[in-house]
Amino acid sequence: MARKGRVSFDDEICKGCELCTHVCPVHILSLDKNRSNKKGYHLISVSDMDKCIGCANCAIICPDSVIKVEVLGT
Amino acid sequence: MSKVLMKGNEAIARAAMKAGLDCFFGYPITPQNEVPEYLSKLMLDEGKVFVQAESEVSAINMVYGAAGAGKRVMTSSSSVGIALKQEGISYLCGAELPCVIGSVMRGGPGLGSIQPSQGDYYQATRGGGNGDYNVVVLAPESVQETVDLMKEAFDIADQYRNPVMVLADGLIGQMMEAVDLDRPVKERKLPPKTWASTGTRNHEGRNIINSLFLQAQDLEAHNLRLQAKYKEITKNEVQFEMINMENPDYVIVAYGTTARICRSAIQSLAENGVNVGMIRPITLWPYPKKAFDLIPKTTKGILVAEMSHGQMLDDVLISNKGRFPVAFYGRSGGMVPEPEEIVEAILTFDERVVD
Amino acid sequence: MIKYERSAGLTTNATHYCPGCTHGILHKIVAEVLDELNVLDKTIGIASVGCSVLSYDYFNCDMQQAAHGRACALATGVKRSLPDSVVFTYQGDGDLASIGIAETLHAANRGENFTVIYANNTTYGMTGGQMAPTTLIGQKTTTSQDGRVLAQHGNPIKMAEILAQIDGTAYVERVMLTDVGNIRKTKRAIKKAFTYQLEGRGFTLIEVLSTCPVNWRMDPFAAMERVKEEMVPVFPLGVFKDVMKDD
Repeated sequence: MARKGRVSFDDEICKGCELCTHVCPVHILSLDKNRSNKKGYHLISVSDMDKCIGCANCAIICPDSVIKVEVLGT
Repeated sequence: MSKVLMKGNEAIARAAMKAGLDCFFGYPITPQNEVPEYLSKLMLDEGKVFVQAESEVSAINMVYGAAGAGKRVMTSSSSVGIALKQEGISYLCGAELPCVIGSVMRGGPGLGSIQPSQGDYYQATRGGGNGDYNVVVLAPESVQETVDLMKEAFDIADQYRNPVMVLADGLIGQMMEAVDLDRPVKERKLPPKTWASTGTRNHEGRNIINSLFLQAQDLEAHNLRLQAKYKEITKNEVQFEMINMENPDYVIVAYGTTARICRSAIQSLAENGVNVGMIRPITLWPYPKKAFDLIPKTTKGILVAEMSHGQMLDDVLISNKGRFPVAFYGRSGGMVPEPEEIVEAILTFDERVVD
Repeated sequence: MIKYERSAGLTTNATHYCPGCTHGILHKIVAEVLDELNVLDKTIGIASVGCSVLSYDYFNCDMQQAAHGRACALATGVKRSLPDSVVFTYQGDGDLASIGIAETLHAANRGENFTVIYANNTTYGMTGGQMAPTTLIGQKTTTSQDGRVLAQHGNPIKMAEILAQIDGTAYVERVMLTDVGNIRKTKRAIKKAFTYQLEGRGFTLIEVLSTCPVNWRMDPFAAMERVKEEMVPVFPLGVFKDVMKDD
């Protein structure tokens, strides 16, 4: 069975740089122009958390340590 | 020539070019970056010399080389960078080389801040370089005056073979005002640069650009020559402005941006029945000491206002010769005072008198 | 089980860096390495002058703020007086290769036992995008508005190659942060550099090809592509000096 992961975002420190969206192998991250934080940056939305494999690519490339990655069921 | 709206730093660059700048050597530092940025394009387009040096130390030494070669040369920097240039400035004075140094003051000491300040008055007029030397220091209060003084600076430098500093602050550097770049400045008869190291095929004998005199008697003789020059400059080049000096209750002494702000304060005070005048030094060296002899006996006191903790204050105390009580108001760190603060300072004069 | 979270080597302060700036990634990696080597409490970092001037607010250890270009001199002072500490400098290309080049070369020559993290993004970022010693030929900046020209400005300067020739250098590698694989490689390089410091082997420097999305006028991902396509041909990746391998 493929590894299952879960990502959570500290929205207030995200700068909407979108680097994470380019490195997600299952393409579940995208910039959501309908949401923004107090600084005015748009935030990242996860389209389908069930697809997350907990690879942590997004968290590794994030310059602001916005993303926490958990691996489930291990 | 019609007026154009221009940022102070750009005006410094363009005024220098109007004055026939041959070479610019500089380095990035906030808040004067537009000076090298504009010149990097304008100078090269005209086939002139522009080098972004590896540091401010290197830049001032490039100035020495090009000035020694008889060219019209300039560098510009701010506070921290001017600190680095002190050795070079002492050498330029010792070797009697003409050049213009633009200094756009920011908060200090150390890395400080990037906002405007006048905390480099001591640095400009007393200098951190070694030996007995003086740099002519011109302090504009507006972008137009910056243009005029920049052009004059090159002529003064050539006339006396001495560095001239144009001392602005971050506010003047960054603000935009209407300027006439072609407004004429005082005409001077400038001696030819027969002393310059351009190659023996270009002149009689050998020309050596130097500040080393190993025999003490020789160095003293050289120093006496420099002192005679500084006396001459002091006799001829003092500039200042007197504002509203008919029987003022108080006299403010301020320069640059602070003087601008004090003009508004003076107006406010007049509307409230307090008559305040101002002496605005334009040359900080040589300092307009004689202007202080013109303060009427009926004046109650002198308020020195600076964006520092009292540097020009020393020159005011010297010039005052104990005639009047002297008070001080200052801001630092990059903070710029409001006119209301100056009004308040006048109204609380007695609390601010310095010993 | 937590796979990845903010490193204990970073403070909780939000950084002032532009969105997508590689300084954030590089700070994280240095922080993680210091934490994993368990040396945070004996580390003194030297912040330089450039966009990373405020890095003393971001690394979770003691820090000193250096004047522009002088970080290697400060680091020398700290490491020589506290030889059991771990010392690093964090410098950009203007700070290290322009005004600070003498301090850098001489620290390397003396074999000072500290680690230099050198972020090279071909630009003076903080002051608004002026030309740097590492600006590429043809690259337009605010002080090379028609592009860097060889006859006028010289070639971009290659610090990893220069330092590799100095005897006192123990380890020099050039890396980049363009993708997860290279970020992992950069972390391994930095860990090696700090390990060599702990083993007392001499001067270590990791040159990290970095981006400046704002001054390059690109979005962060396109900026990463520029590193791969334009910078790597001029600044090749790899190990330039390794005292443990050079015998």
